[in-house]
Amino acid sequence: MDKIINVPISREDAVSLRAGDYVYLTGTIYTARDAAHKRMQDTLDAGNALPIQMEGNVIYYMGPSPAREGRPIGSAGPTTASRMDKYAPKLLDLGLGAMIGKGKRSQAVIDAIVRNGSVYFAAVGGAGALLSKCITASEVIAYDDLGTEAIRKLEVEHFPVIVVIDSEGNNLYETAVKEYAR
Amino acid sequence: MRTIKTEAVAGAVKEMCIEANHFLSDDMAACMKHAAEQEAAPLGRQILHQLQENLQIAGEDMIPICQDTGMAVVFVKLGQEVHMEGGSLTDAINQGVHDGYVDGFLRKSVVKDPIERVNTKDNTPAVIHYEIVEGDTLDITLAPKGFGSENMSRVFMLKPADGIEGVKEAILTAVRDAGPNACPPMVVGVGIGGTFEKCALMAKHALTRNLQEQSEIPYVRELEQEMLEKINCLGIGPGGLGGTVTALAVNIETYPTHIAGLPVAVNICCHVNRHAHRVL
Repeated sequence: MDKIINVPISREDAVSLRAGDYVYLTGTIYTARDAAHKRMQDTLDAGNALPIQMEGNVIYYMGPSPAREGRPIGSAGPTTASRMDKYAPKLLDLGLGAMIGKGKRSQAVIDAIVRNGSVYFAAVGGAGALLSKCITASEVIAYDDLGTEAIRKLEVEHFPVIVVIDSEGNNLYETAVKEYAR
Repeated sequence: MRTIKTEAVAGAVKEMCIEANHFLSDDMAACMKHAAEQEAAPLGRQILHQLQENLQIAGEDMIPICQDTGMAVVFVKLGQEVHMEGGSLTDAINQGVHDGYVDGFLRKSVVKDPIERVNTKDNTPAVIHYEIVEGDTLDITLAPKGFGSENMSRVFMLKPADGIEGVKEAILTAVRDAGPNACPPMVVGVGIGGTFEKCALMAKHALTRNLQEQSEIPYVRELEQEMLEKINCLGIGPGGLGGTVTALAVNIETYPTHIAGLPVAVNICCHVNRHAHRVL
């Protein structure tokens, strides 16, 4: 079922979604991938505040290619989410509303999604040119020295994603593959 | 003896970096189009149509097909009658990668050291494989390799007794484990035989072979066909979200090996299986 969801995401919206739902996101999201997650973890370990609030926010696992003149961003598709599995449960416990990436998640992440009423979306991997058209603004807000791995604040409009793991722990990667295995 | 200037090499490599990241080769584009027509799952078809649209936008607006514009892998066949003029050939290739990634608005994804992880900011160095061949030409294939799929690649040191059934199981294991992480529909490059590093290199090289061509060895040709069918029965599908098109092709290379061994490498590539080719 196709749904339109405003982001940051409310807890009510997050728990209403089901694995397999096709969703269009509109609003503000943040990018972070490997190096930014490591730095956020180090920041928390040192007892300091994160550069972005987690509550209700959406993290997109993505490092863009550079923008050509007159465009907000370059190619902007998802990266493999499992590399962030080490860090995600902590961020979910701090209120992270949703994650966008591609690929499998660990049981610890799935448990944290269920525990916190969050959701894991997949965007189509390798569709970076198409997805860039749904991003209307991009601004580096932290860790500028990390280049493509800096934390960016993105404005998105009708950004297409698919619910893979929902707040009940349903996992589309497992159910859909079984359906088509012969 | 024929002289080739290294600046011509740098220029060609620059062009190839930009070309490969915005345009798929004709055989890859044809396979992707065919996949969209073949897929049985409605969501899978929707994803494949989005990927068609993505390719169109990439070419028209010059936005890289994928934001992971890869680490530049370069296969060089240097004719032994060629004299290079103007400095080091390796430096010229890296200069071309620098120019292509900086001037071409491509992502810089290379870190100088695997543990210290400081970005080199120009996507250098490339990974270059040289081969000395007969003749007086310089043949360059540039294949930017994304790491979503690279991370899911495997080497299996099988025993001779494992035989062809062991090879089949190794390929299926790698693809099954890769699942959605490798951005299916994927292209599967396989190297069988040689040594530990030789099979990995063959698997990588196999990804650059035209997908509409088959192996010249009869049993390998049959194995490629059988494995493609078996992989497409796994149910992984486009994006890993279920379907009947999990792989576009299985390309296999073989080499003599030791009496005690049966090395097998499986190098997985996503649907953005990029390569550009020039002969100087």
